[in-house]
Amino acid sequence: MRKLLIYMKDYRKESVCAPLFKLLEAAFELLVPLVMARIIDIGIKNQDTAYILRMRLLMVALGAIVLICSVTAQYFSAKAAVGFSAKLREALFAHIQALSFTEMDDIGTSTLITRMTSDINQVQSGVNLFLRLFLRSPFIVFGAMIMAFTIDVKAAMVFVVVIPILCVIVFGIMLLSIPMYRRVQERLDKVVRVTRENLLGVRVIRAFCREKQEIEGFDADNEALVKVQLLSGRISALMNPMTYVVINFGLIALLYTGARRVDMGIITQGSVVALVNYMSQILVELVKLANLIITVTKAIACGNRIQTVLDVPVGMEAPEKDAGSEHPGNASHRADDEERPENFSHRADGAEQLEKVPAVVFDHVSLQYRGAAADTLTDLSFTANRGETIGIIGGTGSGKTSLVSLIPRFYDVREGCVRVDGRDVREYPLDELRQKVGIVMQKPVLFKGTIRSNLLWGNEGASDEELLEAVRAAQAVDVLTAHSGRQSNASGVKPNISADKTRTKNSSGNPSGRTDNASVRTDEETALLEGLDAPVEQEGRNFSGGQKQRLTIARALVRHPEILILDDSASALDFATDARLRRALRELSADRSKMEGRFAHEDSLREGRSFGNAPSQSSSAGRFAHGDSLREGRTCEMTVFIVSQRTSSIAHADRIIVLEDGRVAGIGTHEELLAGCEVYRETYHSQFPEKSGSEQGKEALA
Amino acid sequence: MKMQSGQKEILKRVLLSIRPHLALVLFSLAMAVISAVLTLYLPILTGNIVDCIIGPGEVDFTAIFALMRKMAAAILITAAAQWLMNIFNNRIVYRVSSEVREQAFRKIEILPLGYLDTHSSGETVSRVIADVDQFSEGLLMGFTQLFTGVVTILGTLVFMLSVNVRITLVVVVLTPISLFVANFIAKRTYAMFRKQSETRGEQTALIDEMIGNQKVVQAYGQEAHVQEQFDEVNERLSKYSLRAIFFSSLTNPSTRFVNSLVYTGVGLTGALSVVGGMMTVGQLSAFLSYANQYTKPFNEISGVVTELQNALACAGRVFELIDAKAEEPDAEPALTLPADPGRVSLEHVYFSYTKERRLIEDFNLSVKSGQRVAIVGPTGCGKTTLINLLMRFYDVNSGKIAIEGRDIRGLKRGDLRSAYGMVLQDTWLRAGTIRENISMGHPEATEEEVIRAAKEAHAHSFIRRLPQGYDTVIGENGGNLSQGQKQLLCIARVMLALPPMLILDEATSSIDTRTEIRIQKAFQAMMQGRTSFIVAHRLSTIQNADVILVMKDGCIIEQGTHQELLERAGFYAELYNSQFVMPE
Repeated sequence: MRKLLIYMKDYRKESVCAPLFKLLEAAFELLVPLVMARIIDIGIKNQDTAYILRMRLLMVALGAIVLICSVTAQYFSAKAAVGFSAKLREALFAHIQALSFTEMDDIGTSTLITRMTSDINQVQSGVNLFLRLFLRSPFIVFGAMIMAFTIDVKAAMVFVVVIPILCVIVFGIMLLSIPMYRRVQERLDKVVRVTRENLLGVRVIRAFCREKQEIEGFDADNEALVKVQLLSGRISALMNPMTYVVINFGLIALLYTGARRVDMGIITQGSVVALVNYMSQILVELVKLANLIITVTKAIACGNRIQTVLDVPVGMEAPEKDAGSEHPGNASHRADDEERPENFSHRADGAEQLEKVPAVVFDHVSLQYRGAAADTLTDLSFTANRGETIGIIGGTGSGKTSLVSLIPRFYDVREGCVRVDGRDVREYPLDELRQKVGIVMQKPVLFKGTIRSNLLWGNEGASDEELLEAVRAAQAVDVLTAHSGRQSNASGVKPNISADKTRTKNSSGNPSGRTDNASVRTDEETALLEGLDAPVEQEGRNFSGGQKQRLTIARALVRHPEILILDDSASALDFATDARLRRALRELSADRSKMEGRFAHEDSLREGRSFGNAPSQSSSAGRFAHGDSLREGRTCEMTVFIVSQRTSSIAHADRIIVLEDGRVAGIGTHEELLAGCEVYRETYHSQFPEKSGSEQGKEALA
Repeated sequence: MKMQSGQKEILKRVLLSIRPHLALVLFSLAMAVISAVLTLYLPILTGNIVDCIIGPGEVDFTAIFALMRKMAAAILITAAAQWLMNIFNNRIVYRVSSEVREQAFRKIEILPLGYLDTHSSGETVSRVIADVDQFSEGLLMGFTQLFTGVVTILGTLVFMLSVNVRITLVVVVLTPISLFVANFIAKRTYAMFRKQSETRGEQTALIDEMIGNQKVVQAYGQEAHVQEQFDEVNERLSKYSLRAIFFSSLTNPSTRFVNSLVYTGVGLTGALSVVGGMMTVGQLSAFLSYANQYTKPFNEISGVVTELQNALACAGRVFELIDAKAEEPDAEPALTLPADPGRVSLEHVYFSYTKERRLIEDFNLSVKSGQRVAIVGPTGCGKTTLINLLMRFYDVNSGKIAIEGRDIRGLKRGDLRSAYGMVLQDTWLRAGTIRENISMGHPEATEEEVIRAAKEAHAHSFIRRLPQGYDTVIGENGGNLSQGQKQLLCIARVMLALPPMLILDEATSSIDTRTEIRIQKAFQAMMQGRTSFIVAHRLSTIQNADVILVMKDGCIIEQGTHQELLERAGFYAELYNSQFVMPE
């Protein structure tokens, strides 16, 4: 908890001012009984009405000052508490974002979500109350004691005895209940988890008719929660009565001492009243404190839970963005920034050099997940050249997904190294590395927003044309038309507006004849453009699995990645769609070289637009725009990794890696593997039954 | 918005949910009365004692001692009453909230899938957990505070009247100001609190979505972008929070200021009365404490009102869930299925999720016992919907589905569903051990049975390699298992349950084809004599089905055996051949 306080530092002023004004307020409040004593001792004794009136006015003035101080203090403490929690939330969110896949797997999502939400809220109210009360209350308590001393030292000794006892009670109960609250929160976590599970797994639970057992399980967890809650409640229930007894017995002692002192003529009746008033002020303050200590105790327990998340080290260390490191790609970037003419040859060298460097190299790679007993990948080596398509196939759990997740460095290898463009992935700043890679994961996920906003994740500067191109390639056209609401009756005004929009978007660069295209859009295109604005609900709930899959593929394509990874991402697609998708990908790759001029142009447009954001990130294609177009064509070709269960999906690949139990069982082309790799042959024949299948397969291959 | 009537409704419901604890509530209220009255009595005693202390030599010690004994007794009784009250309140709060939570959870188990598919799970969870908490705590604490407050106010009035009528009048006249101020602030605060909780909800949704899918965020290097989005909401939230907190915290100082006016008024009138000889100094001191105690409950009540409103809003959300329309109850008396059901028929079935988009229309199908039915068709043609209907996750709009001639709406859902074994493409595993997950459908299965099922599903070998074998605990959502491994576990689950009919919806989509073929064999042995419905993209897995249904846009467009369909050279043939089209 203590470490969290650094997030307080921007609110230093507020967090000092709040208690300060609270202290002022308390100080003025402490004066009130003194005034009252004077009224009794001087005003009443002398029957001086004017004096009484004057003193009353003084009391009203004190009240007004107290009000002002208190409002100021509330403002500062609210500001500090809210600001603190906002900073904390921001920091926690950023920290969670920086966690690598390994840590995310370890911690689990749902507890992170509770910590980000309910725990931080608890901490916020805790801080707010803390600022307002934890200085004020002790101040009132000790202040009352000191005031008592000014009245009479002997009588004040009662306070000296009572106050430490109170402290012991208050802090004792607090210390006892902090671990209790932690347990409450843990049990609550469990109840949350069971509820979530039942919502997410409702089909399975009902299919197995497990409702009754689920209810029993929930009741048990719920009961366990109530038990701890009651236990912790029993402890804090003691606080009020105990302090009440202590203070009131103190009051009796005070009255007795007071009586003795008055009898001896040392103090007056008015002083006794003032002493009694101070004692009851302490009581009032402690009642408040007792009720609020519960909140603060909860806040501390929650703060500790937040702290544990913040304490999880970010497992992956990556260099900061450094434009000037010595690797071929970057070198050429730099060269490009310098003057053009004399660098022409230099750049060509860079290009050539870059071309020679394989896109991805696995060098004796072994991977072991944290907490796992054995390696998931063992001694894996292969090379993927620029523009090649690599197929990856293998049994369930053989490590296919693990292999491709090493390329964008989702996990770190245990041994060996993975090189992208000739450079160890651990030497890249993470976002530079990941910028090169477009990955489509097994579980397709979209985010709340529109289809457009989702696609733009791939590349923030992409134009509508680029988006549609990606959509077409991903075979997702019908997804857009299905969601555009109206398919063909959108005519007249609407298309013009969208065309205008595109035009303005492009107007910063050279229109290059494309905007003309835009103004004569076909109906279909209009529908598509409308479809881009179709709303996407949280996690894409309003799309079917296949639709989501195709959109996530489009998202990856929008980015024009140097390396495209499709992780079994056509599994929800039927064969025909899958085949069309693959054809489109090939065409896209081929198109790239043909239509380089266009792409290069777009790249420079994009660069112009988003220069501030990511200057070093724009694809190398754009950089070589003015050189030999053939060469460019080759350099910008995508290297594609396709993970699949279907031999047909990968048979055309330049190279196929067959995995078995995390080891390479064979690498080669379809024919080579068919001839030389037992595992592959078996897989193939399981899909293309030996008799008719192989003939058909051969036929198709021919 | 009919806030008033709505709130009344909710209040009624709340009172109903407290009813089972009426005895506890009454007891707690009794304790509240005792402690309030005695707390009020104490200042009188103190005042009396002060009156016994007049000056040097004028102190009546015998009277003081007698009074002190009374005081000690009062203190102890008050403390005991307070303690009991706390204990009972705790019990009421936690019991009621756990009961409401159980109610909500029971409701979740019988909510129609249509509700669950359209409401985000995060939101429902927050209703069951956070809202229930807020509601029970706010409401019940509110009630007791309200009650003690009222008792204290009334008691104070009585005590004050018994001491001095004139000063009491001063107090009574001044109090409405305090109420007015509190009310003024509370009204404004409520609006701000609403804004705050709305924004908070928005932020929670964002967190849920982004952290839940962090891997995608990282893969696209969108951390900065997401952080920006988050910061924007966060900033808005802190703006609203600041306002809400600040304004609500104004209540206390403002009413306290009003109180100090009251206090001053009492002091002034009182002092003048003492000067006039109408009361003693002790009485004045008692009066001053009363003036404090009398106004304090007003502060509390004004705070309680805000809290009550918040609690009612939360209660409303919980009751909304509890009141959501449940699945139609099972028919009474329910039809029973024969021991080994196998015949399934669909007659003129119409179904769609929303009125605007028609899906399944006039669907007819008759399946003989033991037949293997395969369903193929392009993405989104309604295959999964058909399974939703077979399992009665959704009810048909019109037409009927029957098993062994019995309309499934006449069966108990439990009977219907346990007649099917289901493996879905969307693997779902729970946090727990591998063994627990496999034996879900058949909890009393023996170790051998579990292992046999795992072997049949070809999951045994990978399970054995896990650190703790069958006792390995897998986290939420399956943790580190690969998609295919999860699917194997789901298959093992069904293999163990051995139901009379099977539904396989892309059950092997993430499993490699070699393993798949072996599993197919196990399935085939299992399906021997069992009616089964198989949805698959890999046509190889369904070639020996007895009937293949080719669906498109919610209708069957072709129907027949593999051979027949190929000969027809229609949609199926095209689909079938496409999988052998190797890239040129």
